[in-house]
Amino acid sequence: MTALDQAPAGGAVPAHENNNQKPLGHGRMLRKEDPRFIRGLGRYCDDVQLPGMLHLAILRSPVAHARIVSIDTSPALAHPKVKAVVTGADLAAQGLAWMPTLSNDVQSVLATDKVRFQGQEVAFVVAQDRYTARDALELIDVEYDILEPVVDVRKALAPDAPVIRTDLDGKTDNHCFDWETGDAAATEAVFARADVVVKQEIVYPRVHPAPMETCGSVADYDRVDGKLTLWSTSQAPHAHRTLYALVAGLPEHKIRVISPDLGGGFGGKVPIYPGYVCSIVASIVTGKPVKWMEDRSENLTSTGFARDYVMQGEIAASKEGKILAIRTNVLADHGAFNGVAAPVKYPAGFFGVFTGSYDLEAAYCHMTAVYTNKAPGGVAYACSFRITEAVYLVERIVDCLAFELKMDPAQLRLKNFIRPEQFPYLTRTGWTYDSGNYEPALRLAMRLAGYDELRAEQAQKRSRGELMGIGVSFFTEAVGAGPRKDMDILGLGMADGCELRVHPTGKAVVRLSVQSQGQGHETTFAQIVAEEIGIPPEDIDVVHGDTDNTPFGLGTYGSRSTPVSGAAAALVARKVRDKARIIASGMLEVSVADLQWDKGSFSVKGDPGQSVTIQAIAMRAHGAGDLPEGLEGGLEAQICYNPENLTYPFGAYICVVDIDPGTAVVKVRRFIAVDDCGTRINPMIIEGQVHGGLTDGVGMALMEMIAFDEEGNCLGGSLMDYLIPTALEVPDWETGFTVTPSPHHPIGAKGVGESATVGSPPAVVNAVVDALKPFGLRHADMPLTPSRVWNAVQGHPTPPI
Amino acid sequence: MQVSMTVNGEPVAEEIEGRLLLVHFLRDQLRLTGTHWGCDTSNCGTCVVWLDGEPVKSCTVLAAMAGGKQVRTVEGLETDGVLDPIQQGFMECHGLQCGFCTPGMLMTARALLDRTPNPSEHQIREAISGQICRCTGYATIVRSVQWASENRIAEREAEREAERAATRTTDREPEVAS
Amino acid sequence: MQVPAPFEYERATSVDHAIGLLERLGDSARLIAGGHSLLPMMKLRLVNLEYVIDINDLHGELGYIRFTPDEVRIGALTRHRELLESDELAGIFPIFRDAERVIADPVVRNRGTLGGSLCQADPSEDLSAVCTTLDASCVIRSATGERVVSMNQFHRGPYETAVGDDEMLLEIRIPVRSGGSSAYEKVERRAGDWAVTSCGAAVWMDDGKIVDARVGLAAVGPNTTGIPEISALLRGRAPSEEQYAQAGAIAARSCSPTTDMRGTAEYKRHLADELTRRTLRRAVARIAQAPRPGGL
Repeated sequence: MTALDQAPAGGAVPAHENNNQKPLGHGRMLRKEDPRFIRGLGRYCDDVQLPGMLHLAILRSPVAHARIVSIDTSPALAHPKVKAVVTGADLAAQGLAWMPTLSNDVQSVLATDKVRFQGQEVAFVVAQDRYTARDALELIDVEYDILEPVVDVRKALAPDAPVIRTDLDGKTDNHCFDWETGDAAATEAVFARADVVVKQEIVYPRVHPAPMETCGSVADYDRVDGKLTLWSTSQAPHAHRTLYALVAGLPEHKIRVISPDLGGGFGGKVPIYPGYVCSIVASIVTGKPVKWMEDRSENLTSTGFARDYVMQGEIAASKEGKILAIRTNVLADHGAFNGVAAPVKYPAGFFGVFTGSYDLEAAYCHMTAVYTNKAPGGVAYACSFRITEAVYLVERIVDCLAFELKMDPAQLRLKNFIRPEQFPYLTRTGWTYDSGNYEPALRLAMRLAGYDELRAEQAQKRSRGELMGIGVSFFTEAVGAGPRKDMDILGLGMADGCELRVHPTGKAVVRLSVQSQGQGHETTFAQIVAEEIGIPPEDIDVVHGDTDNTPFGLGTYGSRSTPVSGAAAALVARKVRDKARIIASGMLEVSVADLQWDKGSFSVKGDPGQSVTIQAIAMRAHGAGDLPEGLEGGLEAQICYNPENLTYPFGAYICVVDIDPGTAVVKVRRFIAVDDCGTRINPMIIEGQVHGGLTDGVGMALMEMIAFDEEGNCLGGSLMDYLIPTALEVPDWETGFTVTPSPHHPIGAKGVGESATVGSPPAVVNAVVDALKPFGLRHADMPLTPSRVWNAVQGHPTPPI
Repeated sequence: MQVSMTVNGEPVAEEIEGRLLLVHFLRDQLRLTGTHWGCDTSNCGTCVVWLDGEPVKSCTVLAAMAGGKQVRTVEGLETDGVLDPIQQGFMECHGLQCGFCTPGMLMTARALLDRTPNPSEHQIREAISGQICRCTGYATIVRSVQWASENRIAEREAEREAERAATRTTDREPEVAS
Repeated sequence: MQVPAPFEYERATSVDHAIGLLERLGDSARLIAGGHSLLPMMKLRLVNLEYVIDINDLHGELGYIRFTPDEVRIGALTRHRELLESDELAGIFPIFRDAERVIADPVVRNRGTLGGSLCQADPSEDLSAVCTTLDASCVIRSATGERVVSMNQFHRGPYETAVGDDEMLLEIRIPVRSGGSSAYEKVERRAGDWAVTSCGAAVWMDDGKIVDARVGLAAVGPNTTGIPEISALLRGRAPSEEQYAQAGAIAARSCSPTTDMRGTAEYKRHLADELTRRTLRRAVARIAQAPRPGGL
């Protein structure tokens, strides 16, 4: 038992903590991966250099929608340093021009008939160096017959809209899918009798995860062995390997996918991008290793975007402020191909949690997804499979209700929370929230913020014409996908494997299927195992990212590492501990029932002098002499963990903003975040995850957007246009926590990677709208740049799309 | 064309194209892959190195422009196996997660502390305002720099005290009897 | 990452050498100083050159801020950081420090130069607005000699200046008059961004009345907008909120902003008004706070 067990069930996190506490398990410890990063010795994809390696560059469409009339590659081929030039037609001859997406659609690897978004891949060159590859792109001549693009999502289904997906048999419109959840009739009945109904269009514009490292790969095909080694920026190396096997016809056991150190992912490194496939083809064609690293404009214009939902929100309530029902009609822009990474039965991901943290009588959602001439994607940027959209909708519409009822938004939420005794709670859309205790979290946030004092300050400032806003947001999210009976991606179940082996000298290695992009898995997973088995985390090596030496699993996204792989790690460690117990009983010559476990050793109950350490047990397991009957040598175990349910972390956020009345510039003064992710493995790492997500929220709320002009030109194709917060746009974060363990998770942990990105945008937007209340404003859409805020103040807030 | 410069204290001489960017020279030709790149418009700052002692964005400097000058990269922070306090500070205060922006942040922070040994929070945020981190939310980076500042100050104090103690001992040496 | 098309690299050893190279190599050669305007354009292949002439080694010759009673002269290779850090410059023309704080970012400011910014002539460029506000003149040298042009003559249009293909900007000269101060303000969507609108104001007073006032805007028209109508309005008047409001109204109608991702035209006009008021107000307040006997 550690000191943490006696820790309070929640509280504020002070600004400075000693992180170097070297716990034997959970607790604050410095990260094991840091020594290489602070020396500049990380091993990222572009750091891979192999003998004879060539470089690949992709020629991309300059227009959003066009027929390809002709492609002349001869000038490029004539360049002395160019080794190969490949077009869609060349790939088509090998059946490789199209590939499946993670949503059972197809997308072009290289365009054959048409280009369908600006930035789409049209051809590639392979050259001796990256500068030549870039030069050679200008030597390929493509003739386009420009077609009218579909850019406005609201017009995608207009009868005269050009049809984008002419590659799909019999397709006569831009309809992608329709989806619904909840009970339409029951919800209509509730709305019909409600005292108060509030309707609001709420837009979540297209944004992009934009990790600091762009995507890329190094493909090395060995023609003698027939083995492909692929380094790639992949959050899901095993899933990718299986898909390459299915798509490229390469035998799976001859494919090795290595995810080296990743410079961030945020969901943007989940899909298989055409560039990876191109590098594989290039390596096969040239017989040499081939590197492809995209530049930032390629990353922003062609890789997995996030959000792009136009949501008509409706909320029904009694005049006393009891929320009765929520209904929404969503128009979802899926880009040119449906590339959403979501479990097959959930084309809209987990959007069904739009019912939020409230006890409703009814709920219903109808969604129409359409194609447009934009990049494919939608599920990225820490979205938890559309939960960011769902939470934004409910937290915004609840604030609209507070506005109409003239109720304090915190009070309105407290009045409507699901109560602790109602858990496990089945929502009106069929989700079973595992555990929750909402009120203490919101009250803690209010206490840390000094909520009443803030409201008093606001009243004073308002009387002087100053604009100060306080935004509240409360979220429940569903992470840790997921049970195999319900969830699979392209037929691959979302269970995760884990292997643990203890060496003769008592050190250990744990092999995971998830892949870190900065979350600190090399540390937290060592801590999870250490907590169970008593071997210090420094003595536990964590291996991940290489399909050749890790067990199968679906990868890291949707905050699933701790809930799924973390559970697997805990359980496999317990399995090893159970075997160690039997060996210990033999060593101490007592029965198993007479043994007591003190983290790291077994002793005889009542005779503590009689004990053996786990290290001694390990040596015994590998050494000479008899082991108890029926037991094999070695000290290792392996499991595949199928989660019983998702886990449901939650949190309460409060944002304070000041707006300059003359310029409409928004300044985030304070942000208070209370998170409950169940059992906390390493508080230092949790705080880091929260801080990063809160910054995302400020970014999306105030400045981030991938916009398009009428011709479908992407206006967010550089970091000069796609604005990401710097250290000057965010405050010092004030965090706190409560602990409500997950009842079904082996260590009660829920995961926290995406919580802050989910909960913070509505907190910031709610704060800005609150600041502008003197102008009678009830809603304004993101991104709330100074110009858009000023427009709202003038009385004409416009949606961003 | 030929270019020669000093990188992390070592002279280098290489054959390059006139258009070769300093970041690619360091990474691809000298195999110093600690310096990164992440954008096309000089916004991200993952490429920051020192040129004649000043932080610059190496994606916007030609290798040829660095000819005859001193370049320092993240690989040059550690000396004789001893980490720079800024490196230790980032580890102590969780100032990094994926590590991609980290080398650039370290170089800018080191330069800031050299000029301003005890910077305020605002000065730290401003110093790194030309560099983007997508992971940390910046507060832990600020704390990391503050840690390095406090510990460097403590270190320097200890050094000065040791010097003062040595001087006092010298002063007290008895004169040789004549 | 995007990379430039091939070119030859030359390094200048003196101003005359640089001009000689420009003459010899023609219009496919350009000078490069800080490089943070030119290199990004070359990477995106918006500009393709055969030769790039590195003038950074001329910093000894052209990196200076010189003060005389009548004039401040700033060499074209003076870095943004040097302009920001000069306390003496901030004392005489606080507008420089105001502006430099919000130009680009600290790392870019180590490299970017005054000359580079002016010669880039981006309509949103802040130092151009500063120089217009201060009625600066530009010294341009060619093989045949030097000439001095006003800021109005210097900026010909977006990305176009009076500097010929075989000429070089050497320095700017700013007249110093007694009883004056200045200020700059910029609205941006995020630190380091181009201005949505920015504004500089310089005011000179004597005996409680405005002797002269100048306002320059950036990002609201094809070139830095200097507004003579405001100067005419304010001369001889005592400063007051009413004067600032009138000046702001003139600023709003004297510019021609366009709607883009940074903001709507209507909003930018509003900012022209608002920022004109703020900078005039602050310049006047600075005169009151720190009068220097015998001139600035």
